[in-house]
Amino acid sequence: MAVTSSGSAKVTLPTDQQILITREFDAPKHLVYKAWTTPELVKRWWHANRGEVTIAEIDLRVGGMWRYVSVTPDGFEVGFHGEYREIVANERLVATEVYEGIPDAEEHAALNTLTLTEVDGRTTLTVLVEHPTKEGRDAHINSGMEGGMQDAMDLLEQVAISLR
Amino acid sequence: MARAATTTDAFNAVAEPRRRQILDALAGGERPVNDLVRMLGLAQPQVSKHLRVLREVGAVDVRDQGRQRLYRLNGQALKPIHDWVKNYERAWSERFEQMDVVLEELKKEEGDGSDE
Repeated sequence: MAVTSSGSAKVTLPTDQQILITREFDAPKHLVYKAWTTPELVKRWWHANRGEVTIAEIDLRVGGMWRYVSVTPDGFEVGFHGEYREIVANERLVATEVYEGIPDAEEHAALNTLTLTEVDGRTTLTVLVEHPTKEGRDAHINSGMEGGMQDAMDLLEQVAISLR
Repeated sequence: MARAATTTDAFNAVAEPRRRQILDALAGGERPVNDLVRMLGLAQPQVSKHLRVLREVGAVDVRDQGRQRLYRLNGQALKPIHDWVKNYERAWSERFEQMDVVLEELKKEEGDGSDE
């Protein structure tokens, strides 16, 4: 039985407004694309072990919408949605991403570009998240976390204290 | 309207690209300010201003050696940024581990060809 431990995700911050996520999978790209774009499959991985995905809607066409909602065990609900802008099946997917937990969410939409590159049956996945502002990016880093922005604020406070 | 001080924490201190260049330069070892001026191609007052911001959040330390002031990186002050990104990275790692399980199933289904 194949054991697929392809290593952990790598996250870098290429510029003030970008987040780049990279990961290699022991599977061909058409299957990675299928796992990424099929609602019942998204429900099985998107929770990140931090709760349950209650809604995964995908209207996979340019101009179509997507929406994911997850709930942590203590009832904290996080919702994201966006619109597909560019679709190259099995290779590239560009979509906006709005984190519903912040004021004026639509104005702070990020643009996400998924790329899949296959070599010898293995696929390198990258997601480039581009925010209109640095503040948006910084908030995003915490958006998937339990407690969301509150964690970010607590952390910043701790940092300030530790640096006194 | 008053602008929030950029010196309040390490996150703001490293938001400025020039300051990140300084940190990158100092990651290679302790340096006098003249080295930094040359490496960055900036005027000394500008470099000094950036160094002051970095010192205020503890990201760089300074010591006098003879007539020179030597600056060095203090990684400890930057650890919160590292940890913060790591936390996000961990969430994605866990997502991808679940995706591995899904992909194994998809590969098997395809290998069987029984449902096609």
